[in-house]
Amino acid sequence: MSTSIHVSAGQVAASLALVALAAAISFWRRADLERDIGVATIRSFVQLTAIGYAIELIFEADTIWLVLALLAVMVVFGALTARSRAKKVPDAFWPLLIALTVAAATTLGLVVALGVFEATARYLVPVGGMVIGNAMTASAVALNRLGDEMADSRGRIEATLALGATAQEASSPFVRRALRSGMITLVDSTKTTGLIFFPGTMVGMLLAGADPTDAVRLQLILLYALLGSVAIAGLVATALAYRNFFTPAQQLREPDA
Amino acid sequence: MLFELRDVSLLRGGRRVLDSVSAAIPAGATAIVGPSGAGKSTLLRLLNRLADPDSGTVSYRDRPLDQYDPLALRRQVSLVPQLPALLEGTVGSNLAYAARLAHKEPDAERCLGLAGLDPELAARDVAKLSVGEQQRAMLARALAQEPAVLLLDEPTSALDPAARDAIEATLAELRRELEISIVLVSHDPEQARRLGEWVVRLEHGRVSKSGPLEEVLA
Repeated sequence: MSTSIHVSAGQVAASLALVALAAAISFWRRADLERDIGVATIRSFVQLTAIGYAIELIFEADTIWLVLALLAVMVVFGALTARSRAKKVPDAFWPLLIALTVAAATTLGLVVALGVFEATARYLVPVGGMVIGNAMTASAVALNRLGDEMADSRGRIEATLALGATAQEASSPFVRRALRSGMITLVDSTKTTGLIFFPGTMVGMLLAGADPTDAVRLQLILLYALLGSVAIAGLVATALAYRNFFTPAQQLREPDA
Repeated sequence: MLFELRDVSLLRGGRRVLDSVSAAIPAGATAIVGPSGAGKSTLLRLLNRLADPDSGTVSYRDRPLDQYDPLALRRQVSLVPQLPALLEGTVGSNLAYAARLAHKEPDAERCLGLAGLDPELAARDVAKLSVGEQQRAMLARALAQEPAVLLLDEPTSALDPAARDAIEATLAELRRELEISIVLVSHDPEQARRLGEWVVRLEHGRVSKSGPLEEVLA
């Protein structure tokens, strides 16, 4: 699997033609996205270049502590980003931080323990980034849905609490639906992978000149690892976040409280 | 006294919903009356700890409510909200759920009968009930817990006069058959007259009058 290709700055610059095309379409059809396309292009360039240098440094240093520090930073930023999409969930940051930490630790721990990858920077950094990124998206979707469900179903939840049900019992249908909506996107895309779209890792390896069998096998490992991490992140995030809607006396908190 | 409120105040969004409320609610049938926004439903929710006051104390059978386990209390003091809010599934599964929470054997036929519903409705999906049937199914579900007290928040507000009369007849019969205490919130003084023995009148979050029916609604 140790293939590599050289990509020149000129090649990157040439691909900006497609960005210009996107901006032109937006301008022509008045989608009003030209500014966003510009910001996205600059941010992706700056962020990826910076992370490229950071990864190069970490690969050269090859110490597990630097890898863990980078993963910790990713987890914190992931939790902050996901929180902004789960505005209706009170104090969503901590459930998200714990969910991403547990998902990353469990998934990476398992793939290393099972001998799928070595515990080195070359594997842990890119795989960790994918795991945390997907876990972030899934837990953000799950908590966004949880917030909507809890807001829309206050009457039913309180009517169930009024029977002497616990907060967990009263909110379980909504927690279940939230977890499902967090997981469903990846489950669906995993079903259609290879038929409707080629996932990024496989594309990258094929472009880099790898053997197609190797590319497919690595992609399968990553897809299965992502399924696990998304399920763990969704489970932990929803299982912790629903509690924030209730008081210790099993009362539904007021929305503005 | 069944319930006693001492100097109870509650704020919501900076507004004083209940303002130094002191009232006694004896066993039997009590109606809490008053105009919309007077704090009636909020007061009812305090009685089984769906909410807690910001200050003051609420007691049930001479013990402050915070000395009760809230879950055990709610199975004894059952609240039926104004809007029907059944769980997905059948009427029977809703009744069984409520009975299980109260560690009782579900007897759907009896509970549906007490609430004035056909026992065959047990198998019906709750999504296929009329509003009146849902309201009665909510009542049947509360009865499945064999509570000592029923808290009813505007139990007939969504119903036409014929359905309202039928529910009122059911409640009067429940009082006779089960010796259950009822605390009923109503914006309608006539309903309080028909069902209440004791009345608490709230206005702007304060008790303007309380006592036996004939004194308060004379």
